[in-house]
Amino acid sequence: MTDTPTPQLSPARPYPFSPPVRPDPDPPYAQLRRTQPMVRVQLPYGEEAWLATRYADVRTVLGDPRFSRAASVDRDEPRMTPQRVDGGILAMDPPEHTRLRRLVARAFTARRVEQLRPRTREIADDLLTRMIDSGPPADLVTAFATPLPITVICELLGVPVADQDGFHVWSEAIVSTTSLPPERIREYLDNLYAYIAGLVAERRHAPRDDLISALVEARDQRDKLSETELVQLIAGLLAAGHETTVTQIPNFVYALLTHPDEWERLKSAPQLIPNAVEELMRWVPLGVGSSFPRYALEDVDIGGVRVRAGEPVIASLSSANRDETVFADPDRLDLTRAVNPHLGFGHGVHHCLGAQLARMELQVALAALLDRLPGLRLAVPEAELAWKSGLLVRGLRTLPVTW
Amino acid sequence: MSEQWRISVDGRRCIGTGICAGAAPRHFMLVDAVSTPLAEQVTPDEAVLDAAHSCPMEAITVRDAAGRIIAPEP
Repeated sequence: MTDTPTPQLSPARPYPFSPPVRPDPDPPYAQLRRTQPMVRVQLPYGEEAWLATRYADVRTVLGDPRFSRAASVDRDEPRMTPQRVDGGILAMDPPEHTRLRRLVARAFTARRVEQLRPRTREIADDLLTRMIDSGPPADLVTAFATPLPITVICELLGVPVADQDGFHVWSEAIVSTTSLPPERIREYLDNLYAYIAGLVAERRHAPRDDLISALVEARDQRDKLSETELVQLIAGLLAAGHETTVTQIPNFVYALLTHPDEWERLKSAPQLIPNAVEELMRWVPLGVGSSFPRYALEDVDIGGVRVRAGEPVIASLSSANRDETVFADPDRLDLTRAVNPHLGFGHGVHHCLGAQLARMELQVALAALLDRLPGLRLAVPEAELAWKSGLLVRGLRTLPVTW
Repeated sequence: MSEQWRISVDGRRCIGTGICAGAAPRHFMLVDAVSTPLAEQVTPDEAVLDAAHSCPMEAITVRDAAGRIIAPEP
């Protein structure tokens, strides 16, 4: 009998690896994929975790039912924020997760979303007309990228767009790590939930043809979800439904304007836009780091290590999307990329609910910009662009453009 | 029970989100990133309907023994 040597675990590395100053993936990912695809990391808060960096392992962690989100509820979950935010649907496993998800999934199918495309283009054109009338220059974030997704998600849910001064501010609490003090995050979430509870009461009294009314009916007539779940779900849809796309539109435009050949290519071949959106989803590392760990429900051999039952694993979408074993020349932005099974919207049961909506909005945003502002360019040197900090997502504070 | 459901997946619509394989692992798996039913005929199971209703591409169709579509909803 021989002793099996105990593998020496190197100390956990602090994670995220670097601050979000540009939309570049952290340099350590490429090295880790080659040499140490499962590595111990310590997030700002919570217990140590494994970090998966290879595409295949990331898909396993996100897609395999041996890994659980619900198990995080009783643990000191690795996280970016001091406080534990109620996870809601993101802290559930099937079948509870699916019970809630299927209530809203119908509103976000490719077929339903396609019906919103003409109206989305109309909103985009109105915003650009106003921007063109008062410029150049203009800040694309405030003039276009922010109001477009907010208007779309508001109309879909049945939230008055006029109330956005309130809920847009409060929504930051959902993606904030250190941009807001913990007590402010709590206060904003309370405001957001109280606001949604008010809309729920209104629709209960006078239903309309919108998603909030449909969810109220699912609760009241079919008892499909609790009142708390109802309010949390709508708040989550409202916040997630725009924080991400609001951030990605400027990220995409930044990526294209700093790759002028690709922007020119898109101008001459606008039929490439859907492909371009997929490639930009792959190439732009939206998340500052990854969080939402999955807990192993049993021992799992993955990426050359044995993850023990009860251990948390974080899966890096940004790293998976640059995995050279899946994507040829992965660091190159190539709008004509043919094989592109990217994980920009995640994978498995928590795959982004709004993925089809986001795709449509991003396609419309690029199409409208290419049509109306073919001469679009940065109005300041690239080095002067300011990137947000203290958020889960990587994005620009402002994007000064001219045309 | 003779009552069986029939599952089909439209591989051209499927975009490989992995939602069905996660929600109903006894019924779906991804083969080369495309969802595939483990068996075409199954004993009725709510998880199959969950998977079909959760698919953003409506790529999963579930029919009852008489051939009527029971998921997704029209």
